[in-house]
Amino acid sequence: MARVAGGRAQSAPLLGRASEPTIFEISESGRSCFQLRSQDLPEWELDELIPAEHRGEAVPLAEVSERDLVAHFTRLSHRQFAVDLGAYPLGSCTMKYNPKLCDSVAAMPRFAGIHPSTPASLSQGWLEVMVTLEEWLCEVTGMAAATLQPAAGAAGELTGLLLMRAYHEARGDQRRRIIIPDSAHGTNPASVSLSGYEVTTVPSDERGCVDMEALRAVLDTDVAGIMLTNPNTLGLFEEDIVDIAAAVHEVGGLLYYDGANLNAILGVVRPGDMGFDVVHMNLHKTFATPHGGGGPGAGPVAVSSRLTEFLPGPRPVRRDGGVAWEGSPSSIGRVHGWHGNALVLLRALTYMAVHGGDGLRRVAERAVLNASWIRQRLSGTFALASDRPCMHEVVFSAAALRREHGVKALDLAKRVLEEGFHAPTMYFPLIVEEALMIEPTETESLATLEALADALERIAKEAAIDPSQSAAAPRTTPVTRVDEAMAARKLIATFDALD
Amino acid sequence: MADYLPHTAEEIDEMLSFVGLDSIDELFAHIPAAVQVAGGLAIPQGMAEPDVSAWLEELAAANRDLVCFAGAGAYDHEVPAVVRALAMRSEFVTAYTPYQPEVAQGVLQAIFEYQTVVSRICGMPVANASLYDGASSLVEAVNLTVASSGSSKVLVSRGVHPHWRAVLRTFAVGTGHEIIEVDLHDGQSQWPTDLSGVGTIVVAYPNVLGCLEEIAALRPMANAVGAKLVVAIDPVLAGSVATAGSLGADVVIAEGQPFGTALSFGGPYLGIFATTHEEIRRLPGRLVGQTLDTEGRTAYVTTLRTREQDIRREKATSNVCTNQTLMAVAAAVQLGWLGTQGLAAIARNSIRAGRYAREQLLAISGIESATGSTPSLREFAINLPMDASTVIERVADDGYLAGISLGALTDGESGVIAGDPFKSLLIATTERRTRSQIDGLVASIAKAVA
Repeated sequence: MARVAGGRAQSAPLLGRASEPTIFEISESGRSCFQLRSQDLPEWELDELIPAEHRGEAVPLAEVSERDLVAHFTRLSHRQFAVDLGAYPLGSCTMKYNPKLCDSVAAMPRFAGIHPSTPASLSQGWLEVMVTLEEWLCEVTGMAAATLQPAAGAAGELTGLLLMRAYHEARGDQRRRIIIPDSAHGTNPASVSLSGYEVTTVPSDERGCVDMEALRAVLDTDVAGIMLTNPNTLGLFEEDIVDIAAAVHEVGGLLYYDGANLNAILGVVRPGDMGFDVVHMNLHKTFATPHGGGGPGAGPVAVSSRLTEFLPGPRPVRRDGGVAWEGSPSSIGRVHGWHGNALVLLRALTYMAVHGGDGLRRVAERAVLNASWIRQRLSGTFALASDRPCMHEVVFSAAALRREHGVKALDLAKRVLEEGFHAPTMYFPLIVEEALMIEPTETESLATLEALADALERIAKEAAIDPSQSAAAPRTTPVTRVDEAMAARKLIATFDALD
Repeated sequence: MADYLPHTAEEIDEMLSFVGLDSIDELFAHIPAAVQVAGGLAIPQGMAEPDVSAWLEELAAANRDLVCFAGAGAYDHEVPAVVRALAMRSEFVTAYTPYQPEVAQGVLQAIFEYQTVVSRICGMPVANASLYDGASSLVEAVNLTVASSGSSKVLVSRGVHPHWRAVLRTFAVGTGHEIIEVDLHDGQSQWPTDLSGVGTIVVAYPNVLGCLEEIAALRPMANAVGAKLVVAIDPVLAGSVATAGSLGADVVIAEGQPFGTALSFGGPYLGIFATTHEEIRRLPGRLVGQTLDTEGRTAYVTTLRTREQDIRREKATSNVCTNQTLMAVAAAVQLGWLGTQGLAAIARNSIRAGRYAREQLLAISGIESATGSTPSLREFAINLPMDASTVIERVADDGYLAGISLGALTDGESGVIAGDPFKSLLIATTERRTRSQIDGLVASIAKAVA
């Protein structure tokens, strides 16, 4: 019997193809649904409570019944693809299944209801969560200490770069440049600019890895460090990493590990053992905390012992059988308003506790197995960006279809949506023409991989015969292709801008 | 061993054979053996969900369940069941950034609605799709105004949240902004008379001590030197007090946690960010715009994308990629639930509780206002005859989180209040605080300081 994919969302219910009105259109003045606690306090009105010179006019908001509020946002949710609906092979984003247990732990009142200023003696549960997570993340990365404050990967990058800067400056060593491979995520160069360093780009070689010769040519004592993603954004393990580390360290530079692709190496190889000095992790990728439609994430940064003193503070530290907040005089300072995205941190800890050390290695194994299977299965359909073995994701080029039939990677991606899957990442990494980057993650079954590969094969064949099919896609989605140029040309970013 | 992996043993064998390998370990054969992990990670053996749950319940029990009078941007407002239910819908929770708008209209439209309500609350024409928290909004606001004004000299009132200012100072090391902090006197910023060369002025309305500052006068002062005005607001009070936009702000920022997000030990929260049309090309983070699909239906899409890091790389306006969309969706739902009257009602009820609590506390012998007679609303600072942290510990035994030690919050910084900040207690109220809770707090503090 043929396998049936559990990760395909073609049956998702859609009753019609009309637009959903905005909440402002559903609104009727004088309607309300809020209910507040009775306080039994003197009933002073706003005019008595606020000096006249500071009084404002009420902000107009939508006025709806609770029933209509629920219907509106539920219908919006029906117009949204998500991991919980089907496979989301969006390369570089690690859209794995998010265990429900993590949500219910994050909703426990004595975690969710605790004010961040609560003194350590009254919030030992939270501090224990944080210090344990820090220890486990250090074990996974082979590092000495970590900060949990950065709210997302990009915040982690900037934090890590400032740590590198503090390290060099403490040694009276002024350096100006950070090296980044041309395959890097856009956040890397953007973070480097904000850290006050200049970007030096090194090309990839024909394998898709850092070109060692080119790297050696730009290394000197002006280099503060190098930012690497390993496996890199082509899904390839940088096999020369030990030599790269030695070369960078030789000129006094530091190695920054962009943890965007940490999922591929959990329990297999650790950044610290490869020679990295600073690591950021994306807990929303590797440790399954849900992506929330674009956030919240969490981007803890772990460092080797020589950078520990510079970490943002205060940090939770085990003291006398409990956990206390401690700062360091050489700290770079705070990078978050409080202690980081605590409920995201708690979800990651929960995920790690369920898996344990051995389970985390299994995660990496299956992620790489799934990607390798997709690589093998589709290697006759699309050109591989590299002939090297892939890790957790694989990059294809659809340049031939573009050249021969005028079908763009974008068109193929839109056509994939009709098949009940989220599209792969397109046009990234920038060094691959018409790139399609597939990261199946470890939580998709073989049946789902087969259905996804079947769909991609069918779409590629069809594109060669009848390019208009992909060009017209998507047709079964809540809206058809969206006019992005018009959105930018005639900006309507609020309902009020319609007037 | 149970986990979330779907593969059967037979499927693993079939897949390995398909890719031409004999064992799982061969998947990693190209990684230098010398750096591979030997002997596994030193993380405890995996536990089944019920065991993990039991362990975490136990840890949660070590957090004290207290009636909350702490604030400083994080407030114990009502989050009704309807908001929790809608914001936790798995379509919102388990999606990512809307890179494929045709299958992301739900999140995109929710953000469009969020941008609309935020723009109204701030009194500004444009709001972005969110930043990480109030502190990150401050950092991004200053990056914007420095670029826009052409001056890296930034005047920041010490009435702006001390942690936000700390974050601003941390990141200014990289950007090279010159951050000059301005003292408060009785809860009012003491601006220097000579503002020459200043490109940015940052003020909070109300400020961290809960005081309303005279910011209408700042606009002409800023204009005189060509400076931009950044105003940090308490979004719950918007409309009850004048909106920052109506007072002439160029950028309005806020911590959006009060709208639908639990206290959460400090995160994830919601960075609110709104500005003028003039600054739109410098806007950090994502922006959703309304447009049409090929069949003429209303549709939404992220727009003006050429500002962003994945396109402009080192020339981007910000490095933000992941933001706090789920909290923005929760805020959109919460503000739908509140409506015009509800927002005014929670502001009124929060201020009522603040006024009642302040009057009762100032009647205790040995307790004084830390801000003179400057008006305050739902948050206020009082001077105690002893260490605030000691009072907080004692009052916790009666079931209350009395507030925040101003010394702990500011790291002992001077220039916020005249006296010893470690003897000053910052107290906040919301519409959830009742007379009996406030009376209980007051009695407990009176006992603690006696």
